[in-house]
Amino acid sequence: MDASNKYFFSDMSVMLGRSMRHIFRSMDTIITVTIMPIAFMLLFVYVFGGAIRTSSTDNYVNYLLPGILLIAIASGIAYTAYRLFMDMQSGIFERFHSMPIARSAMLWGHVLTSLVSNAISVVVIILVALIMGFRSSAGVLSWLAVAGILALFTLALTWIAAIAGLSAKSVDGAGAFSYPLIFLPFISSAFVPTESMTPIVRAFAENQPVTSIVDAIRSLLAQQPVGNDIWIALAWCLGILLIAYILAMRAYKRKAA
Amino acid sequence: MEKAIQVKGLQKSYKQLQVLKDVDLEVEKGSIFALLGSNGAGKTTIIKILTTLLKQDSGTAVVNGFDVASKSDNVRQSISLTGQFAAVDLILTGRENLIMIAKLRHLTNPRQIADDLLKRFGLTDAAERRVATYSGGMSRRLDIAMSLIGKPQLIFLDEPTNGLDPEARIEVWKIVRELSDSGTTVFLTTQYLEEAEQLAGQIAILHEGRIIANGTLAELKKLIPPATVEYVEKQPTLEEIFLAIIGKKEEK
Repeated sequence: MDASNKYFFSDMSVMLGRSMRHIFRSMDTIITVTIMPIAFMLLFVYVFGGAIRTSSTDNYVNYLLPGILLIAIASGIAYTAYRLFMDMQSGIFERFHSMPIARSAMLWGHVLTSLVSNAISVVVIILVALIMGFRSSAGVLSWLAVAGILALFTLALTWIAAIAGLSAKSVDGAGAFSYPLIFLPFISSAFVPTESMTPIVRAFAENQPVTSIVDAIRSLLAQQPVGNDIWIALAWCLGILLIAYILAMRAYKRKAA
Repeated sequence: MEKAIQVKGLQKSYKQLQVLKDVDLEVEKGSIFALLGSNGAGKTTIIKILTTLLKQDSGTAVVNGFDVASKSDNVRQSISLTGQFAAVDLILTGRENLIMIAKLRHLTNPRQIADDLLKRFGLTDAAERRVATYSGGMSRRLDIAMSLIGKPQLIFLDEPTNGLDPEARIEVWKIVRELSDSGTTVFLTTQYLEEAEQLAGQIAILHEGRIIANGTLAELKKLIPPATVEYVEKQPTLEEIFLAIIGKKEEK
C-alpha cells in the first residue's frame, strides 16, 4: 500500500482534473443545476412573495436566499452520483483499479469536483439574487462562515450521493435519491417561518437539519446573533458527513474487492 | 523459461455458482498466451483475479513473481489491463486520456509519451478529438495504447477484438504481435478460435471451471486423431471476400 499512498495527492489531482473537464465539457449540467433554484427564487419573490410576510425582514429575497442555495446544492450533488455510476459501468474503473494508484483517489476526485461545481452554481445564484435585490452588510468573517457551512453541507450530501452512485443498479436509481433532499427545504424555515405551520409539520420542520442550517446562514448574512443554530447546523452536517462517508467507503470497498 | 504467471488450484464462486473449480496454468515470459472458452466459462474471472480486481476463494496466483493476494501493489506496478469494455474516457480527447494514464503512472514526461503513442497507433490526427467520436477500432487502439504506458512486463487483453470489424481486428492482431516481439508477455482471452490460432504461442481451453487442454497449437492438434487427406475445392470465406474487396487484406 505504501507505494500507492505516497502519490495520493498527485493521483487525486489527476482525478480532479479529469472530472472537472467532464463538468466544463457538459455545461448543461451546471446550467440545469442553477436554473431550477433561480426559477424557484423568481417564483417565490415575484409570485408568492407578496402573500408571504416574514417577521424577520421586509426583504423577502434576503429571507429566501439561504434555502435556495441549499436546494441548488441538493440538486447539484445528483450529478456526482450520476458520474460515479457511469464510471463504475465503464471499463475505466477497472483500469484505474488495476493500476498502482491510491484506491480512494478516484472517489475523492469526484467529491472535490462536486465541491467546486456547487461553489460555481452558488456564486451564480448569489449574483442573480443581488440583481433581484438581495443585500447583506455581513463582513468577511461572516461570509467565510457561510461558505464554510455550505461547503460542509455540500460534502455531507456528496458522500450520500457517493453511496447512491456506488450502489445504484441503474442510472435512474443513481439520480432519484436526491428528490427527497431537494424537497426537504420546503418543509423547513426556508420559505416561510415555521410558526405558521400545523403542529406536526412544525415539529418536523424545526427539528430537521435544513432549518438550523438556513437559520444560521440567514443570521450570519443579516449580522444578527446566530445563537445555537450554527452549532446545531454544524453538528448535523458533520454527523451526516461522517456516517455517509463510512457507508460510501464500505460500498466502495465492496465494489473494488 | 521464466514464468510470467503461475496459477495453482484456483477456485472462485459467486454465491452458489462455482465458476472456477480448480484452475492450474503457467504462462512463459515473453509469450502470447490465449485463454479460450465459451461465454460464461470464467475467462474474465481469471483475468480479474490475476489483475487484483477480485480475490480468489482458494489457490494461489503469482504474477511476475508477486503473489496477487499479498503483494497486489507490486503486481499492479508490473501489469496493465485492457478490459472487455473499452477502458477509455469518452469525454476526454485521445491525447488527454494518454496523458492522464502517464500521470497516474507517475512518469516524467506525459506529453512526450502521449505524442509517441498517438503516432505509433495512427491516432495523431484524432488526438484532439473527444474519444466519443472515435470508431470502435480507434478506441480499441487507444485503449491498448493506454495499457502500454509505463512499459508493463505483462499485458492482459480481455476479448480485445470483440465487436470489431475484420479490418480493425487485423490491426489489433498486428499490435499484439509487435508487443510480443518487443518482449512483453501478452495474456489474452477470446472466443474466436481463429484469433488464438493466429496469435498465440500457447493456448489453454477453459471449460466448466477447469483447464481441459493446454499447449502449443501443434500439441493441441495431436490431441485429436491425425488428419486425413481429402481434396476439397477451397471456397473463399466471406471474410476473405470482404477484405479482398476493400483491398486491405492482411499481408502474411
